[in-house]
Amino acid sequence: MVTLDANVQLASRGTREGSRQVTLTVDGTQLSVPAESTILDACRAAGANIPTLCYLRELNEIGSCRVCVVEVEGRDRLVASCNNQVGEGMVVRTNSPKVRLARQENVKLLLSQHDATCTTCVRSGNCSLQDVSNDLGLVDFTYPTILAQTSWPKDFPLIRNNDKCIRCMRCIQVCDKVQASHVWGITNRATHTLVDVVGGKSIYNVDCTLCGQCITHCPTGALRERDDVARVYDALADPDLTCVVQIAPSVRTSWGDHWGLGEEAGMGRLVCALRRMGFDYVVNTDVAADLTIMEEGSELLGHLGAKSGYPLFTSCCPAWMRFVKAHYPQLVGDVSTSKSPQQMFGALLKSYYAQLLGKDPHRLFSLSIMPCVAKKAEAEYPSMRDACGDPDVDCVLTVRELERLLRADHVDVASLTEEPFDEPLGTGTGAGIIFGATGGVMEAALRTAHYLVCGHAPADDMFGDVRGLDGWKEAIFPLGDKRLRVAVAHGLANADALCRAIVSGEVSYDFVEVMACPGGCVGGGGQPIHDGEERAGARGAALYGFDKRSQWRNSYENPAIERCYREYFERPLSDVAERLLHTDQRAWKMPAEWIAEAENAPDAADSLRP
Amino acid sequence: MARFHLMERTAEQQVMDELHASVGRRLEVSSLAPCPVEFTMSFVGMCATQSCGKCTPCRVGLRVLRHMLSDVLTGRATMGTIDDIERLARGAYLSSDCAIGYEAGAMALRAVRGFRDDFVSHVSSRSCFAGTAPSVPCKTGCPAGVDVPGYLALVRVGRNADAVRLIRKDNPFPLVCGLVCEHPCERNCRRGMVDDPINIRALKRFAVEHEGTPKEPVRAASTGRRVAVVGGGPAGLSCAYYLTLMGHSVTVFEARHHLGGMLRYGIPAYRLPREKLDEEISWIVGQGVEVRLGEKVDGESLSVIRGSFDAVYLAIGAHADKKLGIAGEELPGVESAVDMLRSIGNGKMPDFSGQRVCVVGGGNVAMDVARSSIRCGAERVYIVYRRRAADMTAQDEEIEGARAEGCELLELNAPVRIEAGEDGRVASLVVQPQVIGEWRRGRPAPHAADASERHIPCDRVIVAIGQAIESAPFESLGIPTSWGRISTQTDASIAELEGVFSGGDCQTGPATVIKAINAGKVAAGNIDNYLGFDHKIELDVDIPSPQLQDLGHCARCETTLREAGERSHDFQEIELGLTDEEALQEASRCLRCDHFGFGSFRGGREIQW
Repeated sequence: MVTLDANVQLASRGTREGSRQVTLTVDGTQLSVPAESTILDACRAAGANIPTLCYLRELNEIGSCRVCVVEVEGRDRLVASCNNQVGEGMVVRTNSPKVRLARQENVKLLLSQHDATCTTCVRSGNCSLQDVSNDLGLVDFTYPTILAQTSWPKDFPLIRNNDKCIRCMRCIQVCDKVQASHVWGITNRATHTLVDVVGGKSIYNVDCTLCGQCITHCPTGALRERDDVARVYDALADPDLTCVVQIAPSVRTSWGDHWGLGEEAGMGRLVCALRRMGFDYVVNTDVAADLTIMEEGSELLGHLGAKSGYPLFTSCCPAWMRFVKAHYPQLVGDVSTSKSPQQMFGALLKSYYAQLLGKDPHRLFSLSIMPCVAKKAEAEYPSMRDACGDPDVDCVLTVRELERLLRADHVDVASLTEEPFDEPLGTGTGAGIIFGATGGVMEAALRTAHYLVCGHAPADDMFGDVRGLDGWKEAIFPLGDKRLRVAVAHGLANADALCRAIVSGEVSYDFVEVMACPGGCVGGGGQPIHDGEERAGARGAALYGFDKRSQWRNSYENPAIERCYREYFERPLSDVAERLLHTDQRAWKMPAEWIAEAENAPDAADSLRP
Repeated sequence: MARFHLMERTAEQQVMDELHASVGRRLEVSSLAPCPVEFTMSFVGMCATQSCGKCTPCRVGLRVLRHMLSDVLTGRATMGTIDDIERLARGAYLSSDCAIGYEAGAMALRAVRGFRDDFVSHVSSRSCFAGTAPSVPCKTGCPAGVDVPGYLALVRVGRNADAVRLIRKDNPFPLVCGLVCEHPCERNCRRGMVDDPINIRALKRFAVEHEGTPKEPVRAASTGRRVAVVGGGPAGLSCAYYLTLMGHSVTVFEARHHLGGMLRYGIPAYRLPREKLDEEISWIVGQGVEVRLGEKVDGESLSVIRGSFDAVYLAIGAHADKKLGIAGEELPGVESAVDMLRSIGNGKMPDFSGQRVCVVGGGNVAMDVARSSIRCGAERVYIVYRRRAADMTAQDEEIEGARAEGCELLELNAPVRIEAGEDGRVASLVVQPQVIGEWRRGRPAPHAADASERHIPCDRVIVAIGQAIESAPFESLGIPTSWGRISTQTDASIAELEGVFSGGDCQTGPATVIKAINAGKVAAGNIDNYLGFDHKIELDVDIPSPQLQDLGHCARCETTLREAGERSHDFQEIELGLTDEEALQEASRCLRCDHFGFGSFRGGREIQW
């Protein structure tokens, strides 16, 4: 006998009207929740902490891991709580014998395909699978382990280890929905289902932007950055090398997460820790951010009214550079030629700074600490060797690798003192600091452009309209007698939509900032991972706080910048500046670029003949 | 000690029988697009369970084969492994003692050869060759991709008007399809794994009959572009409908005096009542389609039309008859199914009172003609077919309906000639009895039996062996054809003639209503793009979330027919729709594959196209 379930009928109508409440019972507790709530949310509201693995709110609600299953009265089989809605009068049990059985079995099955060598895993202690298994107390796990054993190039900045993949599909979803890059796909079906580079291709042949969002959204250690910590140890052990480390602006909001320092961790203790570790000079990437503004801001004034009709695009985000080169080749000519702050600083260190220190630039080891995976690739581009012929940046560590570095030395963070950076490249402005948040580069550039055009400082926070977490922001600001139309996008899917609209002529701007990661570098793919949490908002807010408390808030006010130009570069866009601080964005190629080139080559077919 | 024992079905045997039945049901649900290598491995494994273990190639060979196939899937194989698999499968086929082994070998051989690209892809890149992701089965099975779980969910909660609107997003003929769709969706229905597929067609009919006043769709702002549609059948009208919604101005040129094409001139009224057909067509036309009846378009007028419209869609259908090519086919009293159904479609009902009618053919049209003949007063109706009834291409319910209404099936009889009586009219159909034999091109072929010819005395012979396309007039204009069918590119455009598109029966050969509807839909989208637009057909209907209550096993509600004795005397509709009670139960059986399973990850719902 089948009867119509009036409750579900009502619930669905309620959704249409919105805001209706339903009453349900969770583990004996009655509560009232909005009708469109998932069972998971209702259970959590009732204090029942249901474990999840594949679930990511609004991004991956596919109920694939079957770890969040619960028992609903009136139904023999269990339901996934993450993607099913509550109903009026529903009676839910989250720890019934059936639920215990299924949850244990499913986690055991996932473990049977998981290389559980946790002691050597970068995610040990921060792994959702480890947490869930530990919580369930699966001490007598006996299923045979069968691993996928797919191969992966060890030198690529992003590492996929399918022996740790639990096929939750999160990486596919983030790459598709948030980053519009479509790198990951299901490459085998049924019981041999694998998640890998789409179509079984080599990662070198697809347009991975290296944003690292798949890493920060992976529940296990299946995705991580290439670990370069050993190269840092080697450099520190080499008595002939002078080790210089630069630290990116957003790192001040996240490096101390492991020790509970949160967004206000700041730079002082980190500078102290790195000195104790043996670095000879600790310098501040904020300075290079200010330098970027001087160069890019000057470029902007020259680009206004460009023939192409396209706006000037920022170039500080290497994942965005990889994206625009791969997908919008027609826009590359309008991307700023200014290097990213990391690369400007690298070139500065092995030229001007080496001179100041009286050191041989070939004996400088230039390390940078970045919230980013793409920066690892950027430092390796053949065009990034402008100062002395060696790579301007020798090694890039993500914030996660930095954390491993500190933990390996058992640094007692509580005992660290606040220490300043090494001068003269140690002082940045608030404008440099906000580079780490979406809208920050735009705001910093506008502050300086305003000064360059109007001859006086901008009012405090007069460009605040470009802040915030909207995916595609736009604003119009007066600039002298002109009106500057600007747009800011973060998250590559937003950037994709923006570029499409620009190319089709639907929208038109003068200046566009793009950061690949949602929220900007504060949400970067090299940041510490907190599964299920997006911390970019809080970290971004912290950056604006640091900005507000800065001695100088505009790049042109920075004495270090003033000194650099006076002693070395003369002025923005000078010959020396062009050589060291700017780059040819077409000097290296994304797969889409060389594939298009090969296909368009007139005698491509001939040249392939033996 | 007894000499024999009565065969008793043990409890184990009963479980085994049930499991066998379940496997059969699972395999019938054919839409899952499995990985060919994994499928082959599992199939070989299943075959191996049937081995008695006596002979080497089957006992050992199938097991080794399965391991080698597993190696291909797990990255342990080389290209050489593929050759080894082929060699081993061949050995099992060539040398097994019984069918258990040699048929398994043959199947594995067919797989490794037929899926070679897939095997190579697994070895070289650890990946399936083509990434056909499994999707919502019914929706995948529907040529027009109608959101079946969506509208079933709406029917279940009584929102029939929304259900019909949702159907019209992909198919402007919900009423017609509710009555006559061949429902390929049901073949794929995952509910078939549990008990029986959902009666999707009947629920569509139910939704339409309980729709109330139809809601008008949203029409985009006028583009000022003009499109001519040649042919007012399901393909042409679907194309016209969607182009109209996209804001283009559409004119349909129809050669006959009424719109509908084969819906009117092919499908009898007892299956598709004329007033209902008219109702649906006038609703479609009412969205702003201009219609010019009685205007036959040939090659010459087509080029004139092309000159005065921005694009043309050619959907002339397949309305010419096919000849048997036997002596006596020209005699008075011999006619084609197309001619007979056309005159009925035009409202001219033939009078077969007291006559004996031979219908030649085994497809749905043959059944339509036979059943119409009964209704026209024929005393006897024979359906003459050269293969077995089981080989007929007509749907089972059509054959069953014809039989119930008194048609006689004369299977395994090949027409040889038609003989005239003294009055010069048809007197008998001479047939040669056949024996069914070996398989040719996917179905068994008959050959002449060692028996003498038979005379079937009759007053009429109606030939229903297929339709042809009147494409010759267009060939002169440079429109390419192949076997009489108009050749298009995959986007429905005709390569040689810019701005001209074609689809429906004239492009595919005689096919189904729903295929024609999809052809029109595809053409509409591509014509829109051709005209420089990218209009989307979309609908903002929120779909009820799935019920979580258990349904358990529950059999399928079928539509019923009026009594054969009563219905065979008139052209009134024969099918009775589901009752409210039945429709509710049937809609509640839906497993909601848009939400449960892969649908929640990919392919569950397309908001627009």
